[in-house]
Amino acid sequence: MSFIPAGMSRRHFMSHMAATAATIPAIQFMQHLQVHAETVKKNQKACILMWMGGGPPTIDIWDLKPGSKNGGEFKPIKAGDTQICEHMPKTAAHFDVLNVVRSMSTREADHGRGRYFMHTGYVPNPTVVHPTFGSVVSHELGSKRKELEIPSFVSIGGDPGSPGFLGMSNAAFVVNTQGRIQNADTDGMDAGRFRQRLAMLGTIEDNFISSKRGEAPQAHKDVYKKAIDLMTSKQMEAFKVDKEDPKTIDRYTNAGAPTGGMMRAGGEFGRGLLMARRLVEAGVPFVEVGMGGWDLHANVFNTLKDRNLPSMDTAISALVTDLKERSMIKDVVLVWMGEFGRTPRINQDVGRDHWAASWSNMIGGGNLKGGLGVGATDADGLTCETKPYLPGDIWATACHALGIPTTTVHTSKRGRPMKIANGGTPIPELIG
Amino acid sequence: MRTWSGSRLVRWVAASLALAVSASVAITAEESGSKDAKSKAVGADAKAGSDAKSAGKKKREEFTTGSSDVLISFINEQVRQGWTDNEIEPSEVAGDGEWIRRVYLDIVGHVPPMEEIEKFLADKDKAKRSKLVDKLLDDPGYVRHWTNVWTNLTIGQDTPQRVSRKGMEKFLREAFTKNRPWNDVVLDIVSAEGHFEENGAVNFLLAQMVMPDDGVLATAKTTRLFMGMQVQCTQCHNHPFNDWQQRQFWEFNNFFRQLQKEDHRKYDAKAGRMVDDYSELKRRDGVADHVTYEKRNGLIEAAYPRYFGKDVVDEVAQKDKDGWDVNRREVLGKLMIDGEKSLVALAMVNRMWSQFFGYGITKPVDDMGPHNPASHPDLLDRLGGEFVKSRYDVKQLVRWICNSEAYNLTSQASKANEEKDNPAAGTSAMFSHVYLKSMSAEQLYDSLIVATNAHKSGRSSFEQAEDKKRVWLRQFVIAFGTDEGDESTTFNGSIPQALMMMNGDLVKDAISAQKGSFLNTILAETPKDPDRIRRLYLTALGRTPNPKEAKGAQDLLRANSDKLAAYQDMFWALLNSNEFIFIH
Repeated sequence: MSFIPAGMSRRHFMSHMAATAATIPAIQFMQHLQVHAETVKKNQKACILMWMGGGPPTIDIWDLKPGSKNGGEFKPIKAGDTQICEHMPKTAAHFDVLNVVRSMSTREADHGRGRYFMHTGYVPNPTVVHPTFGSVVSHELGSKRKELEIPSFVSIGGDPGSPGFLGMSNAAFVVNTQGRIQNADTDGMDAGRFRQRLAMLGTIEDNFISSKRGEAPQAHKDVYKKAIDLMTSKQMEAFKVDKEDPKTIDRYTNAGAPTGGMMRAGGEFGRGLLMARRLVEAGVPFVEVGMGGWDLHANVFNTLKDRNLPSMDTAISALVTDLKERSMIKDVVLVWMGEFGRTPRINQDVGRDHWAASWSNMIGGGNLKGGLGVGATDADGLTCETKPYLPGDIWATACHALGIPTTTVHTSKRGRPMKIANGGTPIPELIG
Repeated sequence: MRTWSGSRLVRWVAASLALAVSASVAITAEESGSKDAKSKAVGADAKAGSDAKSAGKKKREEFTTGSSDVLISFINEQVRQGWTDNEIEPSEVAGDGEWIRRVYLDIVGHVPPMEEIEKFLADKDKAKRSKLVDKLLDDPGYVRHWTNVWTNLTIGQDTPQRVSRKGMEKFLREAFTKNRPWNDVVLDIVSAEGHFEENGAVNFLLAQMVMPDDGVLATAKTTRLFMGMQVQCTQCHNHPFNDWQQRQFWEFNNFFRQLQKEDHRKYDAKAGRMVDDYSELKRRDGVADHVTYEKRNGLIEAAYPRYFGKDVVDEVAQKDKDGWDVNRREVLGKLMIDGEKSLVALAMVNRMWSQFFGYGITKPVDDMGPHNPASHPDLLDRLGGEFVKSRYDVKQLVRWICNSEAYNLTSQASKANEEKDNPAAGTSAMFSHVYLKSMSAEQLYDSLIVATNAHKSGRSSFEQAEDKKRVWLRQFVIAFGTDEGDESTTFNGSIPQALMMMNGDLVKDAISAQKGSFLNTILAETPKDPDRIRRLYLTALGRTPNPKEAKGAQDLLRANSDKLAAYQDMFWALLNSNEFIFIH
């Protein structure tokens, strides 16, 4: 059992050792570390993105239309000052910190284009690759967390996209929900020999980097540095969900539920969210957790009722409960979105097709307001009746909560200035 | 000791891979000599300027791979015109070591065996580059590499359920082995029917039929991959930037409405239950002559089979010789490959260009049309026409590309082109120097086998070797949560790839010090340390070490009592380097 506190690196720890250990008694030293660990934990701002791969039917989840021909089978229930789907009762209870934004109008209804637009705030453009938002946060916050030895952007079963002009060192580190990181140790090789290998590698890499072959050779070296940091880090423990109390795992995955096998997809998502909490505790500023199975062109209601919604409800409510119990909810922003919503009209296969004109995102935590339904669609869900919002506005709201100035401007490789979140504005109702 | 692959592999890797016991070949000096000359020229360039520059220019302009094909001059003129118009000065011609590594990776999908490098560097033949291109086109590695590339393009890296990867590979392997005309290949794929292993061509469409969608995905993927057009958005509305109308999407879709997938099951006595058997692609009879779709304003419209305004309702209404409704996809396929510059030809030219150069003549490569101007429109146009004239000869297309001046330049940018010609940063690709490409996972795997003689100790069959590789490749695939089978890969230069290279079994085996391993052999058969070091560099990077590297390597050997371990570390560093993983 290590006595280095979570969220603190050995490097950092050792520097404390050097500075203080000699002058104060051991017991005080330990207390000092405890205090320090507490402050580290409390100040860590982070964002967890829940990515609904395939495009979720938000008209059946967050913006129900009872009485409309498009309304579907579900009834709304009270959630804070607003209403959500009856199959999300546990999440509804957390609408003191969660909100729905009901006037998303995002125009991209193709999976690839929608994925890009929602993740970056920009529509695809052949001359530039925009960074996915996790890479933006990695760039803004991760680079400042010197004690962080694991990647500052982790994607768990997700669908993260490219770091674009922010470079491979801000790319998502992709893991599955088992949290097993393949090939992450040197198999007992002694440190001296490993250093020898790295020294040789450095010589060859530097030679190639200085040969005028663009930026990719340097990026290769940067990524190796990150990989080596990770290999030698105690923070790798954060990936090990199985270290949690089985009761906690149960709470996220509802493993004991009678539906058994049907919960599998949700169980994975729950494990992912639990890992996200561990990573955020360790100081990772952005974690994306994917849940698939939303491309519901057919049989939408049964799939939602029996599979997707119960497991999602369990996972999200467990996360929020956990964050509240650990006093982390004020620092952790939660964002829920997919590529697009789904058609208000129910098709002949009792499914819904792709629809980007009027749909919902969920956002909360991170000291944002709670319990609100922001914006509205018409009675049939076909158009936004209030100011339409873009993904850039969602990400600007997240920036606000994370303490990243929305005036931040990045520069593309060609020297083009790029406003953070595509110049979006924090949603006024949610901040303040 | 792991076994890697079988007898087929042994055959396609040059038999001469075995290390000659003879003393080192004279080319070393020559290669490093020419390197010195180059660095001197660069130095002179910086100081004295124009003299050296014009000498370099003359050298480049007089350069030839030895091919006498007149079309090469046309390609060169077109690319040079781009340089002139954009005031870009191209880089110099690549050295032979740089070029042979590139052309091997691009044509046969792996690094050149060391013996081949040594032979090529020593070869005084002025036409040796064009001869090597011809040789590689006849190498079994050509078939293997392009089968990989097109299997991934047609059915993805992760095989969808009820699709036969083996079937698709078998069809493509045969197509590339016989160098079948590309129009025939496309027609076969677009019109395919039957059992997924007996007629592997059906797997492209089966892979687009993972959910019932009235052939929508099949429509979008066929036009995108084989015609270079992205029309998926027009399913619901007119294209915002080009001429494609929503109606046109459904007219195209009409051709795919007979698609019918049948999944067969069989009883497995051992398991005591029914299990998946084969799938087949069948033709539905009696399908309506029109499809209906909903416009944005809610009106329902009908779309009849029509190809860019050419009405084929009557043709589609016919019966075939067996009395079935005519195969509409065959009607479509024939229209697609019709004409002196079919879209199928243009799309293939553009795609192949991008395979070799890293960037197509349009960007992205599969989104051609008036809304997305080509960087070299006349070049694309002419190549498309010549490709049709050549009877869609894919090998000929590769010859044109690989014998062009642009493909023979160095990947080192110069002051005069690094800013203006940097497509990674968003400029259009002007091909004034060769751009770096990352090895694909398959190229890495095959390269490590070649670089380390791993196949030599293997006794497994071709099939077993392929299975093993497939398992290894699967670790990188991330499937997305959509019904369209979208996917991505962690073999993208990110941390998991770095970890795999540093600690994974593949590299661990490649640097194995066991008896019979590559390192063991090279040490046994090469007596002197400098030669050993040189050979490790040649094997991994296709070049000899520079003086600094050579000295570093010697120091490492002196500092280690265990020489074998030191060589292992050296080889580990070479294989993990940026210079190894990039095609340059």
